[in-house]
Amino acid sequence: MLKIKNLHASVEDKSILKGINLEIKPGEVHAIMGPNGSGKSTLASVIAGKEDYEVTDGDIFFEGQDINELATEERAHKGIFLSFQYPVEIPGVSVTNFMKTAINETRKAKGLEDMPAKDMLKLIREKAELLEIDRKFLSRSLNEGFSGGEKKRNEIFQMAMLEPKLAILDETDSGLDIDALRIVANGVNKLKSKDNAVLVITHYQRLLDYIVPDFVHVLYNGRIVKSGTKELAHELEEKGYDWIKEEVNA
Amino acid sequence: MDLKEKLISSFWAFENHQDEDTYLHNIRTEAIKTFENHGFPTKKEEAWKYTSLNSILKNDYSVFPKQENTIEYNDVKKYFIHDIDTYKIVFIDGKYASHLSQTTHDGMDICLMSSALSKPKYRILVENYFNKIAKKDSLTSLNTAFSNEGAYIHIPKNKMVAKPIQIIHFSTGNESATMLQPRNLIVVDENSHLQIIERHQSLTVNPVLTNSVTELYINKRAIVDYYKIQNDTLDASLIDNTYINQKQESICSVHTFSFGGKLTRNNLNFYQHGEGINSILKGVSIIGDKQHVDHNTLVHHTEPNCESHQDYKGVFGENSTGVFNGKIIVNKEAQKTNAFQSNKNILISDKATINTKPQLEIFADDVKCSHGCTIGQLDENALFYLRSRGIPEKEAKALLMYAFSNNVLNSVKIPEIKQRINKIIANKLGVNIGFDL
Repeated sequence: MLKIKNLHASVEDKSILKGINLEIKPGEVHAIMGPNGSGKSTLASVIAGKEDYEVTDGDIFFEGQDINELATEERAHKGIFLSFQYPVEIPGVSVTNFMKTAINETRKAKGLEDMPAKDMLKLIREKAELLEIDRKFLSRSLNEGFSGGEKKRNEIFQMAMLEPKLAILDETDSGLDIDALRIVANGVNKLKSKDNAVLVITHYQRLLDYIVPDFVHVLYNGRIVKSGTKELAHELEEKGYDWIKEEVNA
Repeated sequence: MDLKEKLISSFWAFENHQDEDTYLHNIRTEAIKTFENHGFPTKKEEAWKYTSLNSILKNDYSVFPKQENTIEYNDVKKYFIHDIDTYKIVFIDGKYASHLSQTTHDGMDICLMSSALSKPKYRILVENYFNKIAKKDSLTSLNTAFSNEGAYIHIPKNKMVAKPIQIIHFSTGNESATMLQPRNLIVVDENSHLQIIERHQSLTVNPVLTNSVTELYINKRAIVDYYKIQNDTLDASLIDNTYINQKQESICSVHTFSFGGKLTRNNLNFYQHGEGINSILKGVSIIGDKQHVDHNTLVHHTEPNCESHQDYKGVFGENSTGVFNGKIIVNKEAQKTNAFQSNKNILISDKATINTKPQLEIFADDVKCSHGCTIGQLDENALFYLRSRGIPEKEAKALLMYAFSNNVLNSVKIPEIKQRINKIIANKLGVNIGFDL
């Protein structure tokens, strides 16, 4: 589904990703872990197509197509979703209206008619239930005055609404208490199928107890320096990242 | 003959046809002399540093436009807030249009300036209020000299006026450029509530220049909400001179929505006389093309324990220019004043310009005053967020601009106005984002 080859990316001439190779197949859950500043969020943004980052070398293929030249929204239309670490507040635009716009713009891009209002409401109700989101919450302005946990839950709600093929969760666990974490993870797990994939980006192993990865990769200094199974995450939790750094630097 | 000379000679022709009325005659002749002495303001004057009238003064305006066309309600319905019941005072080319209006004398006067100026029963009010707080600057004086039509509203005390009043000026000039000088006088007595919606709308491709003056007197504990909807054509310009006198514990809000017009200058002046007064000035400007919008505000605090809140947002595209010049004066006696001013702007084009200039003159020592202005671009991170949800760049930018100006809309008390403004914004931004903003 996603194939990244020798990806180099920089921002304002500062090289951040220095040769990433990663392949994600349908049905898989991958986790990328690593110390602060290793390039985790940059990788997420580059896959989603943030314009501040310049891809200086390498390729990103999504379902066999080179997506490097595609705009952010075109990647979204193809089924790439990024759950933000810091979701942006949009005053005056309710969660419901925001989702209507996102869904109908995606449908428009695919040559489909707007979703009938009745179906939209039904879909919103279903997905809100899945994430235990109160109806009143949906008429509030997007992310405005939301707690950290509400913002993250709302990100996963958007993911549920948009039903992406590849969901990238960037530090979705930060700022979540244990109950919110369980609800969010539960939502992600229920949305998982053999046809879609999840890329979890996290500093801590905590979330991976709930969203169990098939593969764990360690990102350090712009490269994936170690890959393994979920046991690797436990090892990192116990021993920290220093031993990885030592191994790499040795 | 340039416009100034034409106006002066037209004035004498006009004044000679008026009835013998020494009181008004004296006011008008004094006013034309003031205009004659000062002429149109130029960029040499501090208050006009960033706004040049040159481009709009070179048209050969007809000073006494003939009403050339009648208008059917259905053709102009869209310019009214028509989904609620309202009083309407409507003018076509400066002349009262009774078939589009709904006035009243039932317990209050919602009618015409021309009757107020000519009928004896209004004389005391006219003598007490007409041309009292209006500045004696050249443009206001020009209006005073030609003042004979507009809205006259007098709300006696303890009256909740349930229906908003719409004051709408249409211009239709078929053949030539038109200059209009509407004059409004509004007096709201103790404890009364009033809502006003004002709009100037050109229906012609010929140039229109409106030099409007409104005097608004708000007596003790009265509440007035004033909405100015400015979404005129690219050939129409507006100089709006509004003077508001507030007495003890009164509340007045003025929302100015500037989306259209070639050149729009809003001179909005608040004079507080009494304690416990609240003055609220809000504005949203969203312009492009070569449009120019200038907000020139004054709030004068003269007595203790009063407030003023100014919040102006601007989005400037293409070759447009914005000006914000906000002045707050706090007299020595006006202790415990809370005066706030905020002006935030987004430039969405490299060729757009904003000049913003706060002016605070504070002579009291126990006050809270703040002002802030920002000029920026759209937040790239927010744009990325919206686009990552599949919303195309243009629509995403529109949503962000809407979100940026949203807090100004929050204080609009009439839902139909809010909806209308949202629609105009969506239109202005050229988007259909799947829901009514």
